[in-house]
Amino acid sequence: MQFTLNGREVDVAAHPMRRLLDVLREDCELTGTKDGCGEGECGACTVLVDGQAVVSCLVPFAQVESRDVRTIEGADAQALQRAFMDQIGAQCGICTPGMIMAALSLGPDPTRRQMQEALAGNLCRCTGYEAIFRAISAAKRASRRTPLGVEPIA
Amino acid sequence: MASLTERAVGRNVARKDGMGKATGKALYADDLAFPGMLYGRTIRSTIPRGRVRAIRRNFHADGFTVVDFRDIPGKNVIALIEDDQPCLVETEVRHFAEPILLLAHADRERLLAADVDIDYEADVPLLDPAISHVVFKQLLIQKGDVDANLARAERVIEGTYRTGAQEHVYIEPNGVIAVPEEGGLAVYGSIQCPYYVHKALVTLLGNAVKHVRVVQTETGGGFGGKEEFPSGVAAHAALLALKSGRPVKIIYDRTEDMVATTKRHPSVVRHRTGVTRDGRLVAMDVDVLMDGGAYVTLSPVVLSRGAIHAAGPYRCDHTRIAGRAVMTNTPPNGAFRGFGAPQTQFAMEVHMDRIAEALGLDPVHLREINALRPGDTTATGQTLGRDCSAVETLHQAVATSGYAEKRAATDGGRRGVGVSLFYHGSGFTGSGELRLASRAAIELTERGVRVLTSSTEIGQGTRTMHAQIVADALGVPYESVEVAQPDTSRVPDSGPTVASRTCMVVGGILQRAATEMRRRIGDASPAEYFRAHGSLRVEAEYEQPEWIHWDDETYRGDAYATYGWGCNIAEVELDPVTFEVRPVRLTAVVDVGKAIHPALAIGQVEGGTAQAIGYALLEHVVMRDGAMANGQLTNYVIPTTLDTPPIDVVLVENPYPGGPFGAKGLGELPIDGPAPAIVNAIRSLGIDVREIPALPEVLLRESARAPGFAVAGQRGPTATAGR
Amino acid sequence: MLRDDGPLVPLAGATDLYVALNFGTLAGTRFIDLWPLEPLRRIEMRGDALALGALVTYTSLTRSRLVRQRLPMLVDAARLVGGVQIQNRGTIGGNIANGSPAGDTLPVFAAVDAVVVTRSASGERRIPFVEFYSGYRTTVLRPDELIVAVEVPAVPGTQWFRKVGTRAAQAISKVVIAAVRSESPRVALGSVGPVVVRARMAEQALAAGQGIEAAVAALQAEITPIDDVRSTAEYRRAVAGNLLRQFWLQASG
Repeated sequence: MQFTLNGREVDVAAHPMRRLLDVLREDCELTGTKDGCGEGECGACTVLVDGQAVVSCLVPFAQVESRDVRTIEGADAQALQRAFMDQIGAQCGICTPGMIMAALSLGPDPTRRQMQEALAGNLCRCTGYEAIFRAISAAKRASRRTPLGVEPIA
Repeated sequence: MASLTERAVGRNVARKDGMGKATGKALYADDLAFPGMLYGRTIRSTIPRGRVRAIRRNFHADGFTVVDFRDIPGKNVIALIEDDQPCLVETEVRHFAEPILLLAHADRERLLAADVDIDYEADVPLLDPAISHVVFKQLLIQKGDVDANLARAERVIEGTYRTGAQEHVYIEPNGVIAVPEEGGLAVYGSIQCPYYVHKALVTLLGNAVKHVRVVQTETGGGFGGKEEFPSGVAAHAALLALKSGRPVKIIYDRTEDMVATTKRHPSVVRHRTGVTRDGRLVAMDVDVLMDGGAYVTLSPVVLSRGAIHAAGPYRCDHTRIAGRAVMTNTPPNGAFRGFGAPQTQFAMEVHMDRIAEALGLDPVHLREINALRPGDTTATGQTLGRDCSAVETLHQAVATSGYAEKRAATDGGRRGVGVSLFYHGSGFTGSGELRLASRAAIELTERGVRVLTSSTEIGQGTRTMHAQIVADALGVPYESVEVAQPDTSRVPDSGPTVASRTCMVVGGILQRAATEMRRRIGDASPAEYFRAHGSLRVEAEYEQPEWIHWDDETYRGDAYATYGWGCNIAEVELDPVTFEVRPVRLTAVVDVGKAIHPALAIGQVEGGTAQAIGYALLEHVVMRDGAMANGQLTNYVIPTTLDTPPIDVVLVENPYPGGPFGAKGLGELPIDGPAPAIVNAIRSLGIDVREIPALPEVLLRESARAPGFAVAGQRGPTATAGR
Repeated sequence: MLRDDGPLVPLAGATDLYVALNFGTLAGTRFIDLWPLEPLRRIEMRGDALALGALVTYTSLTRSRLVRQRLPMLVDAARLVGGVQIQNRGTIGGNIANGSPAGDTLPVFAAVDAVVVTRSASGERRIPFVEFYSGYRTTVLRPDELIVAVEVPAVPGTQWFRKVGTRAAQAISKVVIAAVRSESPRVALGSVGPVVVRARMAEQALAAGQGIEAAVAALQAEITPIDDVRSTAEYRRAVAGNLLRQFWLQASG
C-alpha cells in the first residue's frame, strides 16, 4: 500500500488492519515511535497523519493509504529536540518522541495553557511536565530568532 | 576533598545521553531485534490461591517452545532476600497472575492466540493484611519510656492513617531479550539493577550456561519498578532461550505490567502521641502495618525504611515504632521510589496537623518547635550533625510560598494550604552499604577516561552526574569523560540503582577512584599517559565512614550516613460540586547537600512531586478477589499536563562532608512530602480525610460527616450536611 | 455489501474499536473502512437543523463556526473527550454507535432531541436519538445499517455542559450532564445508567416551577448509577444532583 512516509513515497506490504504503530516500528524499521499502552492513553506512539497528531496504536494501516505520515525520524524539530535535551524536558526519554510530535502543532509563542492542552494526551512519568514546558518555550524562542541570530522586536 | 576544583560539578553541563532520546534513535528493549528471535509470553494463574491440577495446551505445537518448572536447571527461585518466590509455579499458587507456563514462537499472533487451559483447586485467599498472621518481617524501634510518658502527657492524640497501593506506570513497560551466545547467555533489558538480574539467573540456571552477562538497554523509567521485578522477566526469557536455542524477547503489554508486577506497599499506620499543651512532642507510639503481597521480595527493607522514618523529622525523647510486613494472596509488592517512607511520613504529617488542630496551633509553628536540629537524636538514637536542615527548609518553604498570607485568605472555603516536613536517609540502611561492598572503576582511553559502574541511567541523570564527578575529581575536561553502558561482563558491581545512593555512594566511590588515578598518572593528562603506557584501570570499593555504628538486632544507631531534608507547601482548590481537588501551586524546598547538576536535580524534585500528586489524589489500585481490576491506563490514572500545578523548587545546599562535593541522596526525598501537604490543605477546608488516594468519592463521604460543610450549589445560608 | 457479505464491523476513527481489538473483546474480525467517505464529514444546515456527518471528528466540531454558534455544548464535550490525538480521530458516529454509557456526546444529543440518520440497502431511517438505544451498548441499528449523520433541531435557551472525569484531561466520565435552560428545560446525563438518561421527571419538576430541590430529588430517583472501577453509585448520585443545582444556578433562562 502506498503512502508518504517522512517525505518519501513508499510502498509497504502489510495487513490492512495492522496497527500503524507496528507497521512503522517493524515493517519500516522506524523504532522512534514508542508503544506505551496500546489504548491511546499515553501518547508515546504519536505521529502526524496529514499534519494532525494521532496515536498510531489506534490507526489501522489501511487508513493511511495515500496519506502523509510523519514520525520523529522525519520531523522538522531540531530546535525542540535540542531544547528537550538541554532543558531536561526529557529524562528517561521514552515519552519524548511522542511529546515532540504533539508539540509540533503549537504556535510560535504558546502560553502555558496552550502547551498543557496540546500535550494533555501525552503522559510523562518522569518530569512533572514543568521542564517540558520550559523546553518548548526555549525552542520557540530559539526558532523566533532571525537568521542573523537576532530576536525580532515584536 | 579540599582542593578539588569544581568545573563541571554544580553546572548544567551538556548531558552524556546525546540526542538519541529526542530523535528516537535511543534503543530501548523493544527497539532491539536479533536474528532468529522468538517472542515470549507468560501464562499466569487466574486464581489468587490454590493448586494447579491440570494444564491443557489447546494449540498446535509446531514452532512453539514451551517451558514449565521442570525445565529449570538450577533452583526454581527468583533469588532476592529470601528464596521463597518460585520462578514458575510447581503446584501451589499464591497470587493471581503468578507465572505458570512460558511459551515462545516466532509469530507473535500465533503466540498470543495460543490457548492454554488450566484447572485449579481453589482455596480461600487471604486478602486482608490486618488479619494476616504470616509475617515477613517484624521490628521494634525503641527510645526512652513511651508508656510512662504517654500516661503523663498533658494531651494524647490518636489516629489511624491509610495509604493505598501505587503502580509505577513507567511509560516503557517491562521488557527483556535473552540471547544465547557461545555457551552462555546475554540478557538485554529495561533494568535498574543488572547485577540483581545476574545473581537471579546464576541461581536459576546453575551449570546449564557457562556465563551470563546482563546488559542494560536505554530504560524508559524505573522508579523502583524495575529494581527486582526484571529478574523474573529475565528468568523467563532465559529459560525460553535456553530451551529453544534462539533469542527470546519478552515485552509486557500495559495490562500485564499493571496487573502482574510489583506495586508500592499499602500501609496502615497508627499513632498515639503525647504532647504538652504548647505543642512539644513528648511520647510517640507508632504502629506500622504493610501489605507485602504473596512473597517476601523486598518487604523487610521497605518496612525497615518506613519504620525508621515513621516518627518524622522531629525530636522526641520517648519513641516506640513497631512494624510488621505481612503476606496476603496478592501479587507481591516491591520497591517504589521512597520505599516505605512516603507511607509512614504521610501518616506522621497528617497526624501532626491533627495535633495542631487539637491544640489550636499553627501547623508550621508546631513543626518548627519539634523539628530535628543538629545535635538532636533520631528515633534510632542517631545524633545529627550540621548537615541537618529541617528548620531551614521549613523557613524557606514558608517564605517562598507566601504561606502566611495564603493561610489567612479563605476564598469562600475553597482554597486550602497545607504543609509537610520530611526527610529521607541517603543510601542503604545501617550496615547495608557495608554488605553491598559496591565497586566502581575508571579506565583510561585514547580520548580520555571511561566510567565503569553498574549504576543505570533511568532518566535521573546517572551518566551525566558520574561524568561530572569524575571530571572534576580527576581534573580533566568533562567532555573527555565517557560512561560505559552497564554490562555485567564489563563493569563492576556498584550495587543497585536505588535508595538514593547513585550520586552519594557510587559517585563517592568514583571520586576516590579518580583521586587514586590522578595519584598514579601524576601530572600527565589521561591521553598522554595512555599514549606512553597504554590503558590503566583503577577500581575502588565502598568505604564505610568510621563513625557509623548500627545494630541490626536492636535497630539502634546511625541508620544512614546522612539525610536529605524537605518541606512542601501545597495550595489546592476544592470544587464543592464535585469534590475534585485541583492542585494550584506546590512549593518544594529540598536540601540535597550539593546539586551536582542543578537542572537534573530540579527535574528529580518536579518529577517526584508529580508522582506524589498522583499518589495523593488520583492513583487508585482497585483490587477484586486479589487481582487489580483497573489495569489499564484508562482506568488507573496518573497526572496529565492539566493535573499538575506550577511547582516552585528551591534547592538548599547544606553539604554532607562524606558525599562527593557534599552531595546527599536526592532521588526519593521529593516524593515523601507532597501527598500529606495536599491532604493537609484539604483538611484545612474542614474535611477530616486520613487516607490516600483522597478521591472525590472519599471526600464526599467525609464531608457528609463534617458539621456545617456547605452542600454544593445551594443558595442561601450554609446547608446542613448528611443528606 | 453489509447485507450480503455477513457480519462486518464498521470502522471509522478506531479510537474505541482498536482498544477493544487490543483487549480481545471484539468478536468480529472483518471490518468495513468508513474513513475515506468524505461526504460523511460534512457540517451543514438542513433547513432549521444542524446536520453533522457521522465522520465529523471532535476536532472538526471544535473548529466549526456553525457548531460553536448552534450547539456550543457539543464543542465543550468534544474538547474534553480526550487529548488532541483522540479528538483528531474520534467521530460522533463512532461515539454514538459504540454506545458507551459514558459517551460524552450522547447527553448532548439526547438533550436536544437529535435525530440519527441511517442508511442501508433498503433506504434511509430517521431515528430519534432518545429511541436509539435498546439497552446497554445496544443500538437499534440493523446489521446492514450505517449511521450517516446526526441532525440537531434548533435549541431554544441556554446550553450547559459539564463532564466530571477521573482527572482533568484524557478521562472517562464519572458523571456527564448536558442541559438546556428554557421554558421547557432539558436535562440528559451519562454514566448514571446503562444508557444515556433523559431526565424527564427532573425536567417536569423544573418546568412546573417546583424548585430545584424537587428536581434534584426527581433526578436522583430516575438514574441508576453503579459502583465500578472508576467511581461509586453514591458519588454519582450525589454529584448528579449537585450538577443539576449548578446548572440551574449558572445557566440563566
